[in-house]
Amino acid sequence: MLKKEHVISWLSESFSVLEENRQYLTQLDTAIGDADHGNNMYRGFKKVNEQLPALEGKDIGAVLKAVAMTLISTVGGASGPLYGTFFLQAATKCTGKDELTPQEVSVMFKAGLQGVKMRGKAQPGDKTMIDVLEPATTTLSELVEKGEPLDIAIKEAVSVAMEKLKETIPMIAKKGRASYLGERSKGHQDPGATSSMFILEAFSKAIS
Amino acid sequence: MKKLINNPDDIIKEQLEGMQAAHPDLIKVNFEPYYITRAGGPVKGKVALISGGGSGHEPMHGGFVGHGMLHAACPGEVFTSPTPDQMHLAAKAADGGAGVLNIVKNYTGDVMNFEMAAELAMADGIKVQNIVIDDDIAVKDSLYTAGRRGVGSTVLIEKICGAASEEGYDLQSLSALCRTLNQNGRSMGMALTSCITPANGSPSFDIGDDEMEIGIGIHGEPGIQREKIKTVDEIAEMMTVSILEDAAYSRALKEWDFEKNEWVEREIVDEPFKKGDKVIAFVNSMGGTPVSELYGVYRKVAQVTEKFGVKIVRNLIGPYITALEMQGCSITLMKVDDSMIKLWDAPVKTPGLRWGV
Ligand SMILES: Nc1ncnc2c1ncn2[C@@H]1O[C@H](COP(=O)(O)OP(=O)(O)O)[C@@H](O)[C@H]1O
Ligand SMILES: [Mg+2]
Repeated sequence: MLKKEHVISWLSESFSVLEENRQYLTQLDTAIGDADHGNNMYRGFKKVNEQLPALEGKDIGAVLKAVAMTLISTVGGASGPLYGTFFLQAATKCTGKDELTPQEVSVMFKAGLQGVKMRGKAQPGDKTMIDVLEPATTTLSELVEKGEPLDIAIKEAVSVAMEKLKETIPMIAKKGRASYLGERSKGHQDPGATSSMFILEAFSKAIS
Repeated sequence: MKKLINNPDDIIKEQLEGMQAAHPDLIKVNFEPYYITRAGGPVKGKVALISGGGSGHEPMHGGFVGHGMLHAACPGEVFTSPTPDQMHLAAKAADGGAGVLNIVKNYTGDVMNFEMAAELAMADGIKVQNIVIDDDIAVKDSLYTAGRRGVGSTVLIEKICGAASEEGYDLQSLSALCRTLNQNGRSMGMALTSCITPANGSPSFDIGDDEMEIGIGIHGEPGIQREKIKTVDEIAEMMTVSILEDAAYSRALKEWDFEKNEWVEREIVDEPFKKGDKVIAFVNSMGGTPVSELYGVYRKVAQVTEKFGVKIVRNLIGPYITALEMQGCSITLMKVDDSMIKLWDAPVKTPGLRWGV
């Protein structure tokens, strides 16, 4: 079971890891983007983190919706509307719920992923956050279907995500700012895929 | 990093405070969230022309708010798209009842944020159209990239469409004009040095003393190609020829369909320049290049266009769409007809561009 307390600690863990890796993410975005991804994510999740005390009594849907609105209005860039849409769509699957079964968690991730794909139109292999979010979501839902407990399923999803993250290095970017570099985008890990990885890790940490 | 700043976290706010203090007769700055409107409030019965983008490109866009140009502008963090709540509130503040046209530069973030903003404003009953500007020919195709970036044409389009709004164009005809101007304009940029964003404090890319970066955007991102530096004649000729000889460019851009009530992709083709075309030539500094050097560039642009048989009927020379302190320039050529020239000549009174008044 995923309790609403877990969701709150997922979000605060996300802030911690993004704060810790602010410079690292910006460095990755310096190589193939415009050097702001770490700053964008830090700004957004700092605001989310500040709001957490006020969200503690709320149901999971309401918490995720509030997170979405905060990210949409503070992150900016490409990642703002994308992560905002992720949480907004995820929220629609948790309306009024104080806890989620592993199946419901998998449905929540799928809805979030679908939202990002709708908004950004990226496919796996385009060197974006989709290259981490999609395989992680697939792994999670397959394991949950098999009856694995949530913490085991998410651990496995994180380790798959870690491998897939490394696979973004040789890719040529086809979406977002990095796509302007063409061949020159090879050899660099995608910043958005990296922040997705951190957020998934934070989820795993929050429930174990 | 050497910059005239206090704390890097406060620069957007402080610089907007400075703008407000300098131009209370022209603009009004809203601080939470950030957007800039005309001092006189919404203009009744005229389509509100709004743009926005990351900060660091000044005077664009905030410096173009005022009579004859924009009705509102939304500044983001440095080089980062503003957010939908800013754009939504700017639309509400600027709408004079005739609807809103958002001029959106083609960057993934800007496009998505403006889409969400248009949806929010439409939910309030405001008629909104988004027209995407994509004129940077350094980006060759739209199949394997996010498509051509919006650069220099944006400035010329904001001026011409601003004048058309004053003339009373309705939302549909203003959108059509904006789309046509985008199809008519092509740009290319280059850099001699990188820029330093205040939040990072170090150059966005490394470049040798004897190197230049060709095909840059306006965000300190690397360009398409790195070369040994050449003379201004060689550089300006290469850029102007690339623009003049750029083949037809086809891609799909999203616009709102008022009948279907949804976003639709419109297939749009930019035809290449041809002999006899009349153009506005815009030579722009990326921030660090002095105006004197821009005239060195313009000299060659004028020679090359003349040889090609294209006539420059108006020009704009100076720093108008910049990338902080980056040294470098961009060249834009935009084909215009007589009615567009008339709109170009119409009075404009903004902090960044002013004539005829
Ligand atoms: N169309 C898209 N779909 C999914 N993810 C995208 C898309 N475009 C960009 N991204 C992700 O966004 C990240 C960049 O985010 P950020 O630097 O915050 O925004 P910006 O590119 O506007 O500066 C990229 O590394 C990539 O993972
Ligand atoms: Mg970026």
